[in-house]
Amino acid sequence: MAETEETLKRIQAHKGVVATMVVNAEGIPIRTTLDNSTTVHYAGLLHQLTMKARSTVRDIDPQNDLTFLRIRSKKHEIMVAPDKEYLLIVIQNPSE
Amino acid sequence: MVGIGHPEIFPLVFTTRTQEIFNCRVDEDVTEENCFKLIKKDDIIQDLKTRAAISDFHPVKNIVLEYPGEELLIVFDANFQYGQNFYLVASEEAKENFLKPPETAEKMDSEEEKEETPEVCAYKPPVSKPWVSLGSEKEVEEESVKERVKKIKYMFSQGQRKFGAPISFTDRNASHVKDSYVECTSYQDKTFSIKVLEKHVGVQMVPKVREAGTQTQWTYPKNATTQYFPRQLSNEEKEEILSSEKLKQFLTSVCLRMEIALQQNEIMNAFSDDWKALEDDMSSPDGKSDICLKTYQTFTDLHYLKDKSISCICWHPTIYGIIAESATKQPSKEERTKLQHDSVIIFWSFFDPIHPQLILECLDDIYCFQFSPSDPNVIAGGCFSGQVVLWDISQYEEKLQNAKSVAVGMKKTVVNMNNVSVLSLLENDDMSELLFTEDDESDKGQILVRHCTSSSIHHSHEKRITDIHWLPDYFEVNRMGETFENRAGICVQLVTCSPDSLILFWDIRDTKLPTKHSSEKVKEENSFNMLPEVSDTSNDPDLIWKPLMKLSLCDSGEENNVKCSPTKISLQEQHYHYKITDKEQSLHKSQVHIKESPYAQMSISSKKTMNVLENISNNFFVGTELLFLILLPFPQILGYPVLQERLPMYIRIREAVLAIKKKDGEIIYSDWEMKTSSNEEKIASNKYTIHKEAVNTVQRSPFFKDIILSVGGWNFAIWKEGVTNGPILQSNCTVQRYTAGHWSLTRPGVFYIATDDGNIDIWDLLKETHKPSHSQNISKSAITCISPRVASPKQQFLAVSDDSGVLHVLEIRRTLSHPSSNEQANILNYFEKRVQCLKNLKKDQEFEIRENGNGAGDTDGTNN
Repeated sequence: MAETEETLKRIQAHKGVVATMVVNAEGIPIRTTLDNSTTVHYAGLLHQLTMKARSTVRDIDPQNDLTFLRIRSKKHEIMVAPDKEYLLIVIQNPSE
Repeated sequence: MVGIGHPEIFPLVFTTRTQEIFNCRVDEDVTEENCFKLIKKDDIIQDLKTRAAISDFHPVKNIVLEYPGEELLIVFDANFQYGQNFYLVASEEAKENFLKPPETAEKMDSEEEKEETPEVCAYKPPVSKPWVSLGSEKEVEEESVKERVKKIKYMFSQGQRKFGAPISFTDRNASHVKDSYVECTSYQDKTFSIKVLEKHVGVQMVPKVREAGTQTQWTYPKNATTQYFPRQLSNEEKEEILSSEKLKQFLTSVCLRMEIALQQNEIMNAFSDDWKALEDDMSSPDGKSDICLKTYQTFTDLHYLKDKSISCICWHPTIYGIIAESATKQPSKEERTKLQHDSVIIFWSFFDPIHPQLILECLDDIYCFQFSPSDPNVIAGGCFSGQVVLWDISQYEEKLQNAKSVAVGMKKTVVNMNNVSVLSLLENDDMSELLFTEDDESDKGQILVRHCTSSSIHHSHEKRITDIHWLPDYFEVNRMGETFENRAGICVQLVTCSPDSLILFWDIRDTKLPTKHSSEKVKEENSFNMLPEVSDTSNDPDLIWKPLMKLSLCDSGEENNVKCSPTKISLQEQHYHYKITDKEQSLHKSQVHIKESPYAQMSISSKKTMNVLENISNNFFVGTELLFLILLPFPQILGYPVLQERLPMYIRIREAVLAIKKKDGEIIYSDWEMKTSSNEEKIASNKYTIHKEAVNTVQRSPFFKDIILSVGGWNFAIWKEGVTNGPILQSNCTVQRYTAGHWSLTRPGVFYIATDDGNIDIWDLLKETHKPSHSQNISKSAITCISPRVASPKQQFLAVSDDSGVLHVLEIRRTLSHPSSNEQANILNYFEKRVQCLKNLKKDQEFEIRENGNGAGDTDGTNN
């Protein structure tokens, strides 16, 4: 428990990080630094997108698998690290 | 009885009795083969006599009697050939025929049979023989019908004359005459019915069109599942997952990737568009377009603004496109009449450049006015006579908002003409009298609104009011000079300053009558929720509007009590529009000892002035650097009591009018502080003589709380609070006087300076600091006032008024209004550098001074 806390804190402490979220395989947030409604929003959408991205990758080459997903938008960058059971989502403001 | 075809055959019925008598019993005596029986005639006659009627021979009695022969033949007719079982042959010959021919025939037949077989008979054609009558003509004769009666013959004929006569045929309707025709009508015979067994019918085969419809089970799309709120894990589950081993492994594996990505982003922004960034930073090259300020509209009015100069411009805070200006007599004209009918504030709308929307009338020339920030329908203005005047234009608000659709040629409605006799106020400190004149001539479409409140002349300033400000709506001052949180949340207090070195505080609520109101528009119940309607108190002699608080600024170090003449007030907190939420602290009163003084009751009749003793510093309002004044009554204070340097209030000093002035163009940087002990304190205020002439603008930057722009004379200067050496930036003296200045509302490093030959200089500190980045000529006469306004994110206006009564509205080009990225940071850096520069300079100077051993040098900061 302490380790996970420490890891998450370390990630959160990076420059420009707006939010950090851990989401389970069904898209239910487990741990977040944002308020509930925004978290649920992000979790739901990104979970679906990650599933889609993963299926895309595996469809092209079944031996392959998705390791990281980065979405760059005008305002910030959303980074998703997927796993078998969990997702780690980090939102960061790029350096100006 | 007569035998059929044979006259001599008479069928008889023999009964058994008879048969026994004559021994012709059937099947015993007489058989089929042996069918002949001869019976004597005498026996028959005997039988006839004995049995008479019942004898079987009775029918043939005559024949028997007439029979010539002795024996009669009785033939048994087994086959009933003649109808009975026996028949009597009545003639001898026939009897013989009967008896013999059959024998002979038999014989003959038998003979013939014997003879025929050996030889073929020769064919002999039939020979006609003479007809022998066998008694058949008798039968024929009996049967034939003969007429017995002779028929009568009649013959009818028409008369001779009718034959050959001409005939005329006529028509005759058969139905006219009854019974002229007989018809046989058909009727349905019920007893008779024919069953149609066969009918001839024509049949044609045609294709039949059939419309058929069928309905399938159309299921409309239905939600299979509905979810109303997202699934969430309970806290225990979250705890459990967080402490699970799997999560740890996940995080350790994922963390590295994530950190790489985060670091990449930190190092550089891979997607930054250098081209775009370049465009933002670079402003358009010189010469591309000379016109930064495009003329949008120009307003002037011949009637009201002839030979007038505009003293103050104010944009309407809420309604787009409405701008108000106040007109005064041009300063060159010395003669001033007391009664000024033409002192007006004119409202213009963008959509109607010819006709003013609204005209506010006043007692006297208005030198400055302001819209109330909480209710734009209340306008406060300061007059030439030193009075404060209030207008309430709530009833015209709608008109202003619909300025677009206002048609030309509305009826002129003069609400009231205000005729002021200032001299007549000696007796009672009343409001000015009213003269009701209703002007029914309606030609123009202007509305003249008179003021609804004006302050008492005796209690106002002695000189003209040069600056008026509304206090922000989150605090208020009471009579004691203490600040409180303004529960009403609306601006209710004003501060004015005037060259008579007084600063007065006014409260709107004093204008409200407690019980009755002369005007219909006052709403009593809204005293806390909105700005109390400025009541129309002109009629009421009971109400005197006095200032809430008076503040005197005395010049320190002057023995003859020269009073400074403030002409502009810059309240620090006005530029910041955030509310103070820290209620606790706001209620905290200052640690002021309230001294006893005759002013505790604030009787206005006394003309003693009070001094500013305190201001609210950070202790009260957390996070904001508020500048505020707390007034404490003190009978005699010569200077500004100042303990430490804290939040200063800048006052502009104008020297030109009063003859007693010694220095011109001073900027007094002084600190107003909490007074903890009584009486005289030395002021550690600094005066800077930068401007050779009167300073006409002191303004804080809307972006930086501690940067102040001051414009006056032939140059301008930028100051930073806390830097006491001098201005951090000072411009060179130029040929033209600078008459007005204003920071740009959207760009931190841009400000506008107006000159007295009608030019607007746009200074951009990021570009050049030694000369304006752009200069544009607006009008021929001197410019009196500049006021920028952000009308929309895309449109910014600059209102410029000049001495000839013309109001120019210019549109600011986008590059001037749109800040580039990092501009604020850059400007801040620049200012810091300047400060540093100044410090270094000061050090150098001090060093020099020490080196040279000279006296204290001027602390003019005259570097660029």
